[in-house]
Amino acid sequence: MNLIAVLILFPLVVSIVTFLVRKENIRSAVVRIGAVGTLGLTVYTALQYFNDGLRISLGETEMIEIFILVVEVGLAAYIIRLGIQTKKYLISVFSLFQTALILWFEFTQKHGIEVETSIVFDKLSGVMVLIVGVIGSLICLYAVGYMKGYHEHHTEVKDRQSFFLGVLFLFLSAMFGLVLSNNLMWLYFCWEITTFCSFLLIGYTKTPEARNNSLLALIINVGGGVAFAIAIVMIGMNFETLELSTLIAMKPEALVLIPVFLLCVAALTKSAQLPFSAWLLGAMVAPTPSSALLHSATMVKAGVYLIIRLAPLLGETSVGRIITLVGSITFLACSLLAIAQRDAKKVLAYSTIANLGLIVMCASIGTQEAIWAAILLVIFHAVSKSLLFLSVGSIEHQLGNRNIENMNILMHVSRKLSIYLTIGIAGMFLAPFGMLISKWVAMKSFIDSNNVIIVIILAYGSAATLFYWGKWIGTLLSNGVGKTDGHHGVFSLDEEIPIFLQAAIVVISCLAFPLISKVAIVPYLSEAFGGQAMAPIGLGNQLIMVIMMAVLILMPLGYIPLSKNSKARVTPIYMAGENAGDNEHFIAATGVKRKSELSNWYLEVYLGGKRFTFWSNMTAITLLAIGVLLVIWGWAL
Amino acid sequence: MLAIWIIRIILIVVLTPIVGGLLAGFDRIISARVQGRKGPPLLQPFYDVLKLIKKENIEVNKTYKFYVYASLFFIILTAVIMLMGGDMLLAIFVLTLGAIFFAFGGYASQSPYSIIGAERELLQMMAYEPMVLITAAGLYMVSKSFFISDMISQAVPAIVYLPAVFVGFVYILTFKLRKSPFDLSLGHHAHQELVQGISTEYSGRELAIIEITHWYESIIALAFVYVFFATSNPISHVFAVLACLVVYFFEILVDNSTVRVKWQLALKSAWIVTGVVSVVNLMIVSFFKF
Repeated sequence: MNLIAVLILFPLVVSIVTFLVRKENIRSAVVRIGAVGTLGLTVYTALQYFNDGLRISLGETEMIEIFILVVEVGLAAYIIRLGIQTKKYLISVFSLFQTALILWFEFTQKHGIEVETSIVFDKLSGVMVLIVGVIGSLICLYAVGYMKGYHEHHTEVKDRQSFFLGVLFLFLSAMFGLVLSNNLMWLYFCWEITTFCSFLLIGYTKTPEARNNSLLALIINVGGGVAFAIAIVMIGMNFETLELSTLIAMKPEALVLIPVFLLCVAALTKSAQLPFSAWLLGAMVAPTPSSALLHSATMVKAGVYLIIRLAPLLGETSVGRIITLVGSITFLACSLLAIAQRDAKKVLAYSTIANLGLIVMCASIGTQEAIWAAILLVIFHAVSKSLLFLSVGSIEHQLGNRNIENMNILMHVSRKLSIYLTIGIAGMFLAPFGMLISKWVAMKSFIDSNNVIIVIILAYGSAATLFYWGKWIGTLLSNGVGKTDGHHGVFSLDEEIPIFLQAAIVVISCLAFPLISKVAIVPYLSEAFGGQAMAPIGLGNQLIMVIMMAVLILMPLGYIPLSKNSKARVTPIYMAGENAGDNEHFIAATGVKRKSELSNWYLEVYLGGKRFTFWSNMTAITLLAIGVLLVIWGWAL
Repeated sequence: MLAIWIIRIILIVVLTPIVGGLLAGFDRIISARVQGRKGPPLLQPFYDVLKLIKKENIEVNKTYKFYVYASLFFIILTAVIMLMGGDMLLAIFVLTLGAIFFAFGGYASQSPYSIIGAERELLQMMAYEPMVLITAAGLYMVSKSFFISDMISQAVPAIVYLPAVFVGFVYILTFKLRKSPFDLSLGHHAHQELVQGISTEYSGRELAIIEITHWYESIIALAFVYVFFATSNPISHVFAVLACLVVYFFEILVDNSTVRVKWQLALKSAWIVTGVVSVVNLMIVSFFKF
């Protein structure tokens, strides 16, 4: 018990201290110690409980309940006032409604409902704790260096680093609570705290754009919170329980499916699935560490975590089918939309949403194989995406912008950063890196569950994925000799150490995926579904993939000495016979020297406009509406 | 057991490009006849490669040649996995890896023509990739296994259940074999609008490697066709080889009777054909639950 409490409370304490300390040197030290401490604590906790798991039933939880209620009411008061101030009355209505509902439930209906097991540490929450703790604290560490550089470049933004860094740790604390709670009331509380943290982080710069986007994130996520609150009340009143594990163990009958559907809708808002994805795209106005945190270790992972938990209730039910379709539409539409983006962070954002769509698809199909793939996707996506965001953040400091077109000179500006970025991108789509393993299994399980349409959507979506990652790596490798006189920030050790560690984690987790599967995922599946689960990829194939991985790592070593001794004659590149002396210019029609300029394809005519987004959203809304009808229908019959 | 495995692998690595090279020679003779010329001898592709290997070593920078070898490595690995009867999805992913390394080579040469070629190559991959994956999915549905060895030991050939998927696969095969009208990224004829696209900056030994890689790729592409026809009955393998030859002959005719199309048409048509055939065919198969 003590260790779990320490794990949740330690980041909270660090958060408060960071918030209070205004002196930069001391604060940096506090954040560093806090990040390393959280990291160590996470690993220690995981080592302690990973094998046997842990189920805690607390006798006296009244103090905690009161604390939660007070914070919830305070938060609601703040949000309602904010909604009125900014004339976004919808926020106020949502917040008022859900708080009133929860209070009514708490004081009039809850008597007699006993929560036996409040905290569960099983293999799945173990995996989540590791993701939150390890990736999250590396991002906090990175934030120390990044924010210093950020305020040197952005003098127009008021320096509120204490606040920013404090919120990062608060976020981690809430995430620990979220993945460890079995008590739905606590889970809901942590859920709301993460919503609030993301609102604070997105609005950090206080520009009108940031303010609008943060309010948008708040509207959508508080709206999801309403669905969550209604689900809790329904579960409590109909089944006299507030435990997630009890809910999951029920039969998927009509009365259960309504709250499950509501919980899934809450999860879809949090995981930024269509039609709720606008907030995550808007979240990019925030400084990079917060984007990295939102996209990899926290926020969006909370949604898919909940869907993975609920997976046994989804499967072939109408709710499961609808959620699968929403996930697949999201996966396909966002993979295509990513092609049209030039802004590196936008590409990353669309790819996050697409991959979350894939996770949602896998989890809601509900078969053992599919959930195996979903959990692996969560892991690989977290490690690769966080590496990518951190690299892009540092690249932006180096190049002065984050347009992918300009990254062809990155090899000259910072070779290290281009290698880290390449590893991250490879992690997202190349065989034998992680995401691909999961896609493979996803494909297999979709066919096994006879979902032909989903198989076809997966095939198209992954082809689109290939295109936009491929041209990005290509741009990095094309190694142009652009102007290198731009302002290059310092690539500080504070930034490099976390990036290096994350790159190492990406590679190691790919090499070790058979082990992850054996130690964590297969035991979880055996427990959740009963019987003996099996890894869906055979040993022979796992071996081939590990060998490929090793070859990919060793390959660069093979060619470096070779090319140094080569006796090849070096010639200029082909410019149709009109070279102007270097590899950059050619002699144009009237004898003028002209620079050859190339740009990647973005297919903007097809995928760039608002129309594509509009129709994708419409499809998702229609699907959800059908879902509502099906659920009501199932209940009425 | 291990010794037999190693011998089989060595045979695959050695024989695949030889057969692929012969096919290329066959291709050139047929193409010449179609155009009313006599054409080169059957072994001309081998003479060409030998000639290329002897040429002087020229390069435009230090790194771009590496990708050609990386590409060859993964293409050979694909051939080994497929011809040993391994997992088809794994083979497809490794094949993609090989193809994408080739495109990276185009980028790395920094030459405008190469980079345009590389970009086109990526676009072509995006065009044909869905159909390749769906082919594997369809074959899995009828044989309940991704292992090619299982797929070719069914009682009934897969083509019976998957005729539309087969048509779709032949359609995108044109990309894979780098045939007109879908040879946007690496035209095969003398002076193309893009001066040989990705391969513009390659010469001598690396150009030979590209040629050999392509031989492997042709055989890999035809191996997919083979899987549609082979069954547990030994005679079916003869039919399967015949089917491969017929398909290849058909592709040569298409190559010679069409002109290159714009990328828009290539992408759209490939995706539409893929969508239609896969929805129709896979729906029917899943409805009857083979």
